[in-house]
Amino acid sequence: MGYKGKFKVWRGDASGGDLKDFEVEINEGEVVLDIIHRLQATQAPDMACRWNCKAGKCGSCSAEINGKPRLMCMTRMSTFEQDETVTVTPLRTFPVIKDLVTDVGFNYAKAREVKSFTPPKDLKPGEYRMQQIDVERSQEFRKCIECYLCQNTCHAVRDHEENKDNFSGPRYLMRVAELDMHPLDTADRKNSAQEEHGLGFCNITKCCTEVCPEHIRITDNALIPMKERVVDRKYDPLVWLGNKIRRRTSSDA
Amino acid sequence: MTDNTENTENAVGTKSTEPLERHSYDVVVIGAGGAGLRAAIEARHSGKRVAVISKSLFGKAHTVMAEGGAAAAMGNVNPKDNWQVHFRDTMRGGKFLNHFRMAELHAKEAPDRIWELEAWGALFDRTKEGKISQRNFGGHEYPRLAHVGDRTGLELIRTLQQRVVALQQEDKAATGDYEANLRVFAETTIVRLLKDASGRIAGAVGYYRETGQFVLFEAPAVIMATGGIGRSYTVTSNSWEYTGDGHALALLAGAALVNMEFVQFHPTGMVWPPSVKGILVTESVRGDGGVLRNSEGKRFMFDYVPDVFRKQYAETEEEADRWYDDQENNRRPPELLPRDEVARSINSEVKAGRGTPNGGVFLDVSTRLPAEEIRRRLPSMYHQFKELADVDITAQPMEVGPTCHYVMGGIEVDPDTQGTVVPGLYAAGECSGGMHGSNRLGGNSLSDLLVFGRRAGLHAAEYIDGLGAAGKPAVVDADVDAALEEALAPLANPDGENPYTLHHDLQVTMNTLVGIIRKPEEVSDALTKLEEFKPRRTKVGAAGGRRFNPGWHVALDLRNMLIVSECVAKAALEREESRGGHTRDDHPAMSSKWRQINLICSLKADGSGIDLKHQPIPTIRPDLLGLFEVSELRKYFTEEELTVLGDSAQAEAEPVAEAKPAAEAEAETETKPEAESAPEAKPEAKPEAKTEPAPIPGQSNGEKAADKVAEESTEKSATAEAEEQTAEAEAEAQTEDAETAAEEK
Repeated sequence: MGYKGKFKVWRGDASGGDLKDFEVEINEGEVVLDIIHRLQATQAPDMACRWNCKAGKCGSCSAEINGKPRLMCMTRMSTFEQDETVTVTPLRTFPVIKDLVTDVGFNYAKAREVKSFTPPKDLKPGEYRMQQIDVERSQEFRKCIECYLCQNTCHAVRDHEENKDNFSGPRYLMRVAELDMHPLDTADRKNSAQEEHGLGFCNITKCCTEVCPEHIRITDNALIPMKERVVDRKYDPLVWLGNKIRRRTSSDA
Repeated sequence: MTDNTENTENAVGTKSTEPLERHSYDVVVIGAGGAGLRAAIEARHSGKRVAVISKSLFGKAHTVMAEGGAAAAMGNVNPKDNWQVHFRDTMRGGKFLNHFRMAELHAKEAPDRIWELEAWGALFDRTKEGKISQRNFGGHEYPRLAHVGDRTGLELIRTLQQRVVALQQEDKAATGDYEANLRVFAETTIVRLLKDASGRIAGAVGYYRETGQFVLFEAPAVIMATGGIGRSYTVTSNSWEYTGDGHALALLAGAALVNMEFVQFHPTGMVWPPSVKGILVTESVRGDGGVLRNSEGKRFMFDYVPDVFRKQYAETEEEADRWYDDQENNRRPPELLPRDEVARSINSEVKAGRGTPNGGVFLDVSTRLPAEEIRRRLPSMYHQFKELADVDITAQPMEVGPTCHYVMGGIEVDPDTQGTVVPGLYAAGECSGGMHGSNRLGGNSLSDLLVFGRRAGLHAAEYIDGLGAAGKPAVVDADVDAALEEALAPLANPDGENPYTLHHDLQVTMNTLVGIIRKPEEVSDALTKLEEFKPRRTKVGAAGGRRFNPGWHVALDLRNMLIVSECVAKAALEREESRGGHTRDDHPAMSSKWRQINLICSLKADGSGIDLKHQPIPTIRPDLLGLFEVSELRKYFTEEELTVLGDSAQAEAEPVAEAKPAAEAEAETETKPEAESAPEAKPEAKPEAKTEPAPIPGQSNGEKAADKVAEESTEKSATAEAEEQTAEAEAEAQTEDAETAAEEK
C-alpha cells in the first residue's frame, strides 16, 4: 500500500529560508499532517509545525499546501497523485516564526477590539429565553475554529500589509455579525463594523468562504447581511437626521 | 497588588548564565482549557492578578474536542431531574469510588455554571420554551447535557476565551492595559513548580516554545489545569499536549496522585484509516439513536448488561427503540451503558472474532435517522467521517473501537477547595482526581471543569488573602538553576537517542501491556520496561536550536509521560479487582473490599520512582447514602459497611425523599464539611473559610446558598408551568418549591 512520496517543505525563520526536498513513506489513509510528523520523527526532528486535535476541530495546523490554504490534518494524501510533489509552506499573510509556524498575533489583537457580548442588564443567568431559530444564525458563526485560513486568504490584507491596522478580517467581521445577530445582545455594532473593523474593505470575493474548513458561509451569511445592516443605518435619511440632531444636542449640553 | 517586573537579564540570584524573564503574579494557572480558564476568570473576579499558561495557542486546548455536552440537572427537558438524581448517576457511573463530596458539589453547582456561560455569550441549542436544550447520554437517567450540536467543547472554550477578553477589555478601559490583571502566556510550557524554603508554592519556571527562552513566574498560588495523560498510549483521542504535565509537576512538587489505574477507554474511536485511529466518535451518536452491531449484524450490547445495571436497561430491541420517544414507560437501550461497560463489550466482540475488517464494530445511525436529521444533529461527525475516512454516515455505518480518552485518577485535592497537600497548589479538571471515581460519565467532564475550575480560582484567591503582608513565599534560586539545567540537557546532547523513538516505545508499551484489559504479568513487564526507559530518557538528544524545536519539546515531555505511566502501571498491578476504567483479567469481579481503598502515588524520597500506598476512602455522608436504596448499595458495599449503613440508610430513607431540598444538605455540609470528609481524606485540613467573597460587579451569580435556592425554585416553578407533565411530577415539583421556600426562611 505504502509508497515513497516527494515533499517540499519550507524551512527557515524570519531571516529567510527555502523549500527543502524530502522523500518520505506514505501509507494508505494518511493526511499531510501525518507526513509532517513522519518527517519530524525520522528526518527533521526540529521541523516546526503547530497541531493539536488532528481532527479538524482546533484549527492549529493551518498551512498552504500546493499554494492552497488548508488544514494539514484534513488534507488526505489520496487527493494527490503518487508521483506528485506536495509542497507545504507557512501561511503567507503572517510573519514566519519558524518553518510552518507563523506569528498569528494579528488575530488575537483584532479579537480584543471587538466589543464583548453585552446582555441586557436586568437579565439574570438562568433567565435567558431564546428560540432555536433565532440562535441558529449566530451558531453558524460560532462553529469557527479560528484556523485563520480566511484571515490568511483575504486579499485585503494578504496583499496589503498596510490595511492590517484598519481591517479586522473576515473572522472578526463575522464575530461582529455574530454578536449583532445574537437575540439578546444590546450593543450597537453597526457603526463600529464599518468605522473600526473595516467592513468596507470587503468586496465580496468570497475567498474566505472558499477556504473555510467548517464550511461557514462567511460572505453570504455574515458579511453581506452585516453590510446591509450598516447601509440601513448609515444611509437611512431619517436615522441620519436623527443622528445629526442628537449629536448636536449632546455636544451643546 | 504586585508589580509585574520583567528582566531579560538573569541578574537576580540564580547562578545560571541563561537569560531569564521574570514575572510576578498572584495566581498562575497552568493550562488554558476549560478548567484553567474558568479558574483564571474566578481568580480575576476575586481581584487577583492572574497569568494563564497555555501550552498551545490560546483557544486550542483539548476542551474543544469535547462533543456531547455538559451535564447539569437543570430539568429543562425532564422536570424530574435534579441534583440528587445527577449525584446518584455520577456515583453509579464511578462505581461508588468517587469522592462523594465532589460528586455532590458538582451535581449541585453545575446548573449555575452553565447558566452563567449564557450570560457570557454562549449559545446552546434550545428547547421549544426557549430554554437550554438537554440531551440523553450514557449513564444519565434523564436528558441532561446542555449542548451545541456535537461541538459543545468548542462553544465552551470560545465562551471562556471571550470572557477572558471581556475582562481584559474592562482592564483596558480602567488602566489602559489589556493585560494589567489577566494575561495569557500562549505557547509556553512549564518545566518545574517552585517552592519556598518552607515548602509552600512560590512559582513556576518554563520556556516559550517560540523562542526557547526561559521564563520565571513568581506567585504564591499555582492552579494545575493541564488535562490528561493520553499521549502515553498509541491509540488515543488526546492531542499532543496530553502528556500528564500537571500530574507529574504536582507529584515532583510533593503532591499525591489518587487512583491512577483508572483510565477511560472511550468505546467509540475511529479505527480506520490508520492515521486517524483513536479519534473520537461522540457518544451523542448513540444518545441520538445510533446502535452498535457486530459483523453478524447483531445488536450485541443486550448480551452485556451487568447485574448492577439490569433494572435500568431494556431487554429487547423493541423496548430500547421505544425509549427514544417515550422514556417514562421504557428502559434505556444498552448502547447507553456507562463507557467502561461499552468499551469492554466491544473489546470482547472483536476478540471473539465478530469484529469488522479493521478491528472494530459497526456504529450505525444511517438506518436510524433521516439523513437530514443526522446532518443537523451530528454535523461534526458527518464532516469528520466524510473528510477523514470518506464515509457518509447518513448512508453507511461507522467502524469504531475503544480509544484512550480520559484519566479518572489525578492530583489528590480537597473536595471543597481543590487544594493539595502542598500549600498554594491547587488542581482542577482532568488532572485532578476523585470526582469521577473509577469511571467518568460522558458530559460530566465539561461540568466538572466549570464547577471545580471556579472553586480552585476562588480558593486560591482566598489562600492568598490569608497569607498576610509579610507572607509571600520566595523562590529558591538554586531550584531555578536546577530546572534550567534539566531543561537544557537534551540540547547539549544533539547526538543522543531520538526522543520520538522513546516516545513511540513508551506508547506501545502502555497500549499493549497496560491497556483496557490488564494481566498482572503484562503490567509487571511494563514496569520493567519503564525502568529501562528511565536511563534512556536522560540520554535523549535534541538536534537543532532553541526556537520552536518540537524534538526538544518531546524530549522534555517524556519525563512527565514516564512518571504518569509508572503511576498507572503500579496502581494497575496493585488493585486486584475490576471496576470502571480498570479491568483485571485475573480478577474480573468488583470487590467491596477494594471499594474502600484509594491508591495513592507519591514521589520516592530519593526521586527515583513512585511510592504506592493504600488509603481508606472517605465515608459517604448518611444523607447522601439515603438517596440510594439499600438493595442497590448491597452491590457495592461490604457486609460490615452495610450493617452500619443499613441502619443509617434506613433511618434516612424516609425523610430524605427525592425532593428533600438542596438547602438542607447545603446547610449541613456548610457547617462541617471537613469533619464529614473524614480525616484521611484531606491531608491539608484547611478550615473552609466561611467568608464568601464580596460580590463582583458583572458577576451576577450570587454565591449565597439562599440566592441559589431562590434561583433554583424560580427555575423549577417556571418549568412546572411551562411543561406538560404528569400530575405526579407536578405534585413533586410543587412540594419541592414549597419546601425550598420554607428552607429559605
